[in-house]
Amino acid sequence: MNWGKRSLLGLLGGAVFSIGFAVQAAAQTQPPIRIGILVALEGAFAAGGADGVRNVELALRQVNNTAGGRRIETVVAPTDTRPDTAVRQARRLIEQDRVDFVIGPLSGSEGIAIRDFAKTVPDRTFINGISGAMEMTFVDPAPNVFRFNLDGNQWGAGLGRFAVQQRNIRRIATVAADYSFGHTNLMGFAVDFCRAGGTIVQRFWVPLGATDFGGVIAQLPDNIDAVYLGLGGTDAINFLNQWQQAGAGTRILGGTIMADPTVLTARGRARNALIGALTSGPIAEDNNSPAWQAYVRAYQEAFPANQRFPTPSLFGVGYYIATQAAIAGLNAVNGDLSDGQRRFNAALSQLRLATPLGEISLNENRQATGTVFINEVAEGSGGNLVNRNVGRQEGVTQTLGMDLAAFRALGLPSRTNPDCRALGGG
Amino acid sequence: MPDVTRRRPVWTLIVVVLAALLLWLILAPWGPGLEQVLGRKRVFVNALFGGLTLGALYFLVASGFTLIFGLMRNVNLAHGSLYLLGGYVGYVVSNVVGYVLITLPIVFVIVGLLGLLLQHQVFRRMEGEELRQTMVTIGLSVVLADIMLWIWGGQSYTLQTPEWLEGPATLPVVVGTDRQGNPVYMRFPQVRIAILIMAIVIGVAMWLVLNRTRLGMLIRAGVDDKEMLTASGIRIQYVFLAVFGFGAGLAGIAGVVGGTFQSLAPGEDTRFLLASLVVVIVGGMGSIPGAALGALIIGLVEQIGLVYAPTYSVVFTFLIMALVLAFRPQGLLGSRR
Repeated sequence: MNWGKRSLLGLLGGAVFSIGFAVQAAAQTQPPIRIGILVALEGAFAAGGADGVRNVELALRQVNNTAGGRRIETVVAPTDTRPDTAVRQARRLIEQDRVDFVIGPLSGSEGIAIRDFAKTVPDRTFINGISGAMEMTFVDPAPNVFRFNLDGNQWGAGLGRFAVQQRNIRRIATVAADYSFGHTNLMGFAVDFCRAGGTIVQRFWVPLGATDFGGVIAQLPDNIDAVYLGLGGTDAINFLNQWQQAGAGTRILGGTIMADPTVLTARGRARNALIGALTSGPIAEDNNSPAWQAYVRAYQEAFPANQRFPTPSLFGVGYYIATQAAIAGLNAVNGDLSDGQRRFNAALSQLRLATPLGEISLNENRQATGTVFINEVAEGSGGNLVNRNVGRQEGVTQTLGMDLAAFRALGLPSRTNPDCRALGGG
Repeated sequence: MPDVTRRRPVWTLIVVVLAALLLWLILAPWGPGLEQVLGRKRVFVNALFGGLTLGALYFLVASGFTLIFGLMRNVNLAHGSLYLLGGYVGYVVSNVVGYVLITLPIVFVIVGLLGLLLQHQVFRRMEGEELRQTMVTIGLSVVLADIMLWIWGGQSYTLQTPEWLEGPATLPVVVGTDRQGNPVYMRFPQVRIAILIMAIVIGVAMWLVLNRTRLGMLIRAGVDDKEMLTASGIRIQYVFLAVFGFGAGLAGIAGVVGGTFQSLAPGEDTRFLLASLVVVIVGGMGSIPGAALGALIIGLVEQIGLVYAPTYSVVFTFLIMALVLAFRPQGLLGSRR
């Protein structure tokens, strides 16, 4: 967090505080609703986490910090992408800061930890920030955990088929982060890629937050069409830097968080390796739907250019939509959180939420169904890198369009799962 | 050297055989049998060179640490913070001057001055009180880490390498043959070669200063017997200041060097403190050649472990430390006292 972001947080606090005074007279009768924001502000996704905080602020500002007739206060709890920190901070939010519900967390493994923690506090609601771990809502889900974003598995859908059919990429090696999201995101891609006849020659797993990829880069096989890079944040920047230093080579396919603005705007020569990289995920920066355009404009107007990304990051969009869901849910129950938040939970489950990404509804696991975009990194005007939308897949469900039994038969994402050969690939 | 050969003939033989084996592994073409055991030659040689570079970086950090310990018996647990601070300051400075090589001396001076300040204002007041020093340096490292988090935030930074160090260099080491049967030469990032050369130059310069100059003589005398040196009329506080400043500056430089191929972020300070502790324990407290040997071993083990047993690679480092502590507690090149 630099000075700018610090002061931004201060501003956020100040704004909430002063607006609080302004509407106090109106909402005197009811105490404010306290929302805890669980977000990674340290580690590989720190820059993305800060964008998450900005977007919560933006969404609340758009409703004058009131929902369901009650004033809203926020408490930020910073994590460092580790599950134990996430649980500790969530507990702090609920036990010490006495928040009514929590928006967050940001990172994959944090999501699984929060799912389990949520079961111990059944009268508090958790609306996921942007954690993409499939298990969070697929395996033994908690009834008070809601996810309005697609999971990492869904985000990978469509890219594999596109790479094989449109770009003739058939043999790849994968380098991905060895944690829940890395496994999940690769699975979504691989299911599609292998069914289209692609071959995964070798899979490399590196720890989240690894800094030296020299050994992995040396091991990459020669006869491949592309490298699938399932890393994000500084991990991706480090890998691309060192890959460039070692002479680069083939094309890049990317996991969802690989070509996020946090990586595209990083300084250094890592970016040269990125041009032409294909990724898939829930957002397309050049999406021309009115809802997305209006949202991007609001984001750009709300913050000075040096305190935000050119367009909202994936992480930011996740927190924005989560906040929108919270506001819509509160409006539906008129700010009534009594009865262990049962009514609030029921309202969230039934929401048909109009978001910048289109209408989102939840399935029986309280997991969103939505559109996945396929993007290609290109050099934009002024030499900065932008994502160009080159394809899309509508209505991607949690089971990737398979029936539940067939999807379950694939097994859960892991280092070796899915088995490419069993899916028709090599 | 012949002296050592005579005293320990068996060890010398083992070292010579190992070195010859390593050289043969690097230079000779690999047969299919060997490839089956060790994987492709390119991978092995790359891991080896990667380990050398990492060892070079560890040496830069740990040599200052070991020097300070050897002379002042001061375990400076804030040494990792000096590394990280050096990296951050290097990032800021290189953005202003736009050139990493000019950054190095500037960072050396800035972090070195901070080291002088620490020695003059803090450690001088608690000479010989080891527990107090340890507690104070832990406290300082926490304070410094928080100040750095305040200023530079939680995201990570990478320093730009100069244009002419970009991309790989081709080394005269054959790592295999392509489909037409032509030899394929090894490619290795130029930055890492530069880091390796720099560490060797600094190491040799330090050895020369320690063994060929009056200051070096004073430092060596101080390491052996501080009281005697003071009694012979030397103002040992000045020697302490010089060594502390130099050690801190070296850690700062290491931060800049590390920032060019690994990112700088909160947590790197403790990672490098731990690395230098392990290096110094393995190599021997207070010994510069020990730091070089320890850094080499730890760097190699980390990289080769990462390639051949990624899941257990973290364990190897500590396994080596435990073995050294069990069988040679003074460290490989440390002297028993």
